[in-house]
Amino acid sequence: MRLRPIAAIALRQLYLMRSSPVRILPMIAWVAVDIVLWGFIARYLNGVNSKGINFTASLLGAVLFWDFFTRVMQGVTMAFFEDVWSRNFINVFASPMLISEYLCGLVATGVATSLVGLIVMLIIATAIFGLQFAALGLLLLPFLLVLFLFGIALGVLASAMVLRLGPASEWLVWPIPALLSPFAGVFYPLATLPAWMRGVGRLLPPSYVFEAMRSVVAGGDFSGRQLATGVALAALYVLLACWLFAAIHRYTVRSGLLARYSAESVS
Amino acid sequence: MFRNGTLALKASGLRKSYGSLRAVDDVSFQVRHGEIVGLLGPNGAGKTTTINMVLGILQPSAGSIEIEGIDIGRQRSQALAYTNFAAVYASLPGNLTVYQNLRFFGLLYNVAQLNARIETLLAEFDLEHLRHTRSGVLSSGEQTRLALVKALLNTPRLLLLDEPTASLDPSASDLIRGRIRSMAKQGRCGILWTSHNMYEVEETCDRVMFVSHGRILLAGDPKALPHEHGAASLEELFIRLAREPLAVPARGS
Repeated sequence: MRLRPIAAIALRQLYLMRSSPVRILPMIAWVAVDIVLWGFIARYLNGVNSKGINFTASLLGAVLFWDFFTRVMQGVTMAFFEDVWSRNFINVFASPMLISEYLCGLVATGVATSLVGLIVMLIIATAIFGLQFAALGLLLLPFLLVLFLFGIALGVLASAMVLRLGPASEWLVWPIPALLSPFAGVFYPLATLPAWMRGVGRLLPPSYVFEAMRSVVAGGDFSGRQLATGVALAALYVLLACWLFAAIHRYTVRSGLLARYSAESVS
Repeated sequence: MFRNGTLALKASGLRKSYGSLRAVDDVSFQVRHGEIVGLLGPNGAGKTTTINMVLGILQPSAGSIEIEGIDIGRQRSQALAYTNFAAVYASLPGNLTVYQNLRFFGLLYNVAQLNARIETLLAEFDLEHLRHTRSGVLSSGEQTRLALVKALLNTPRLLLLDEPTASLDPSASDLIRGRIRSMAKQGRCGILWTSHNMYEVEETCDRVMFVSHGRILLAGDPKALPHEHGAASLEELFIRLAREPLAVPARGS
């Protein structure tokens, strides 16, 4: 793999943001709104509950983590959609760039854009609502790693889906985080869910992060082995998603779909 | 190192089938360094399908393609590093400026000394004053020039041009043809050129291939072919082949 084609994909996104600052707004605005909304809900719940539960840490922390995961996924898919929207596939895929370089470029873009969102969320959550994020200590690293890897996996998977099904299938991508959230136990323990949903939840790496986070916030212990399972699952999904993207790319080259890729061609 | 006459492209037994339809059927040809080869034929004849296979975005059902002696099926990235293209149906992203587009594609093609190369080509194609203009608002002639600059960024040894002058005025077309001819004459690259402008083809190409229904029906010198087949001009031969492809037997058959 070479660095320059990877940098090209990330640089393109930077150019677009620089020439059109409106593109930066969604990276900041939605996460800011989410944190403000949930921050006030947490503050209200802290005021009315008599059991001493810290809703700021559990609710706001969960929103922050979930939004970070969502931003990583969207950062990857948005970089891919630039090629869909500008009908740039022939130019890009007829270049000597390797598919692995293309995927790394998408991931680099996702990293950069999601970090912007994370910083904004951290500033608002700590400055306005007093979220003690640093209290999680070094655990933050594996938490963010799991969410980051799973965001990449879903971003690449969603891109593969749009490559295969056509531009109109973009609308199937946006609801994916919302569809997964009930199973991931973002706001409640997995034990709350019926058995079949719990089973699905255990296949989702973020569920291990949220279970561990709640345990730490409640002053309890958590299983490092469980968190390691989350890391391993997320890494496995990244590999599977990249393999699927490469397989679908090969299919589109074989079938002629890539050469004829055009708007609204869901097949 | 790359002398006139050595092979830039070798396509052997190319076939592309979609179910029972054969879009390209047993097509073999070569493009040498220093040579401009015209790929002619009516719409739907298989020209773009052939070019897409050479560009590696369409896998042949059978046959092989070698660019600079490298099999694109086995070493896609290495083979494509020697090629580039400009096509009317593959315009550059309109939301990037001229310079940003060239930098983006220059990095994709891993071009050495990229800034210097961009500056040289911008000056050569008279696009310097448009460097900060978004590509989407350029006139079609300017977009064509930009596409050609992009196609020359990596100093390709095989250049694929799919109707490169389709949207240019006669004067601009003449200038572009002149530049491309001079590139070919220096032996820097072999060029595969599609066009529906028979005057342009006769003027520019060293050799032409007529394609119809996915097969090469005729090939030869564009100035000599019409007379060899009893046509007054290349355009008349084209029309006859397009309407009655089976009436003109392939040479040697």
